[in-house]
Amino acid sequence: MDPWLITFITAGDPSPSNTLDYMIALEKNSDIIELGLPFSDPMADGPTIQKANVRALKAGTKVKDVFSIVKEFRDHSEKPVVLMTYYNLIYVKGVDNFVKEAKNCGINGMIVVDLPVEESSDYLKACEKYGMGTVFLAAPNTPEDRLKQIDKVSSIFVYLVSLYGTTGARDKIPETAFNLIKRAKSICKKPVCVGFGVSKKEHVKELVNAGADGVVVGSAIVKIIEKYRENAAEKLEEFTKELREGLKESLTQFR
Amino acid sequence: MKFGEFGGQFVPEVLIPPLKELEREYNRLKKDDSFIRELDYYLKVYAGRPTPLYFAENLTKHTAGAKIYLKREDLLHSGAHKINNTLGQALLAKHMGKSRLIAETGAGQHGVATAIAGALFGLKTEVYMGSEDVERQKPNVFRMKLLGADVIPVESGSRTLKDAINEALRDWVATFEYTHYLIGSVVGPHPYPTIVRDFQSVIGKEVKKQILEVEESLPDCIVACVGGGSNAIGIFHPFIEDKSVKLVGVEAAGKGIETGKHSASICAGKKGVLHGMLSYFLQDEDGQIATTHSVAAGLDYPGVGPEHAWLKEINRAEYVSVTDDEALKAFSLLSKLEGIIPALESAHAIAYAVKLAKEMSKDEIIVVNLSGRGDKDLEIVMKLLGGY
Repeated sequence: MDPWLITFITAGDPSPSNTLDYMIALEKNSDIIELGLPFSDPMADGPTIQKANVRALKAGTKVKDVFSIVKEFRDHSEKPVVLMTYYNLIYVKGVDNFVKEAKNCGINGMIVVDLPVEESSDYLKACEKYGMGTVFLAAPNTPEDRLKQIDKVSSIFVYLVSLYGTTGARDKIPETAFNLIKRAKSICKKPVCVGFGVSKKEHVKELVNAGADGVVVGSAIVKIIEKYRENAAEKLEEFTKELREGLKESLTQFR
Repeated sequence: MKFGEFGGQFVPEVLIPPLKELEREYNRLKKDDSFIRELDYYLKVYAGRPTPLYFAENLTKHTAGAKIYLKREDLLHSGAHKINNTLGQALLAKHMGKSRLIAETGAGQHGVATAIAGALFGLKTEVYMGSEDVERQKPNVFRMKLLGADVIPVESGSRTLKDAINEALRDWVATFEYTHYLIGSVVGPHPYPTIVRDFQSVIGKEVKKQILEVEESLPDCIVACVGGGSNAIGIFHPFIEDKSVKLVGVEAAGKGIETGKHSASICAGKKGVLHGMLSYFLQDEDGQIATTHSVAAGLDYPGVGPEHAWLKEINRAEYVSVTDDEALKAFSLLSKLEGIIPALESAHAIAYAVKLAKEMSKDEIIVVNLSGRGDKDLEIVMKLLGGY
């Protein structure tokens, strides 16, 4: 398979009325759009995405708004949308009910940051029932037996967390990422995509050359929205185009 | 691992191995005689255990009802029960070979108790504290610094206790190899609610022995305040199987449950998942966590420990709430009648116990956990009661 570029924004940042445009701007150069549901307590996120969550919630973003934005996006694009969320937002609506609604509005898969495999039986049941795709995370310290389990319950891809820390743009991709890719590739049957700290074209190239089946870029994109607020669409398109080039260059290197 | 459906380990994957390590090490050390002896030693000669169980005769006369006993956790070093847990966990951290402690704190009580334990055992200590709280609780910030700890103001979210917990977890994700996260209440992912409960159960064990000595019977009722719920679980736990003993947890009704300005997670919250656990939380219909209010900073938390959620579910404990005003009245009452200035948190328990005692007969017994002393609250009480 050709490697994937997965691009992340927080839904409702800076306001729900911008999100559709921003998804369309990302869509042209992305293989998957990862849409973050804003949450009051995003404990796995670094400062950049934390602030995006605050902006989105201040703008009054509700879960139902995010669902209708995805529905509208489906009039423009068939690109897969994966929802990134913390478990409480699913739990309070009722797991079955939430997954059903998400599927109905055109969401293809879900990533639940704080839901390890052990706690996921209700969630997996609902995902299977409604044909919702699943993505679980693995970290540099995830042992082999857990990697196997994570691979088994992830239907779209396995999300490899590159480092010990929270989300956020970094200058360099740490060694932990390359070790994890190596381990994961030898164990996982599903595609493995690397996120956390991936923020430039060079990173994309490096990771794909190291064997990643995809990369997730989040904070670097959210920073553009932080800077340009309501007028970020053009810049988003420009930046993702550049990331795409990184992907293409790595492919030519391969061949 | 769970309390009924409550508790669990709702954390990012990276934290699973360190939580497993903690569980394994704790299970090993809690059966290790030298660890037990060492902890007992520090609890006795450093913290001041056992604490007295005091018959509050004047308060009892005043209410003209059931006999009221006070478990004097306020007499411990640092002025509150928090130190039972910080000594236990810091010693655990030391035995696990960790060189650094991190903690969250709201009002600063747990931060101070952690800084004390860090100083005692030679562990570098950093305390996360919401920047709002840093402003409101300057004396405690200074105390922590004096004790050699670093206080890190948290600017994210609502800049209070829940955000300090988020920030401590973010730190731990990157530093667990050499850092122990010393959680201050019976909250967080498994095994924390169990570890903290075990270290706090010394309170209830002592009460059982002491009340049998004086009254030759178990109490009819035990009352304790509940924020995260560590002092309450500590005194409840050894009595859970004694079905004749009624257990009452008192939450903070703040300015009144109907105003929305409170922190009564069990009385007015819904089930949810935060800080690694399934429990009751104050939140909106989408699951966004609410900001809370209580005059007692130590009760100002939007969730509650999972074991309390379970005790409520199986009807073993009852949970009620007391407003800021009622707590302030109890604060003054106990000061005047008994010469004991209670912490505003503990004043919630006193307020409810007084109400309850009036409805009970004179041969019945209530034990109240006086979890902390009120010196830390003088400034806020002076402001609220004016010209006091």
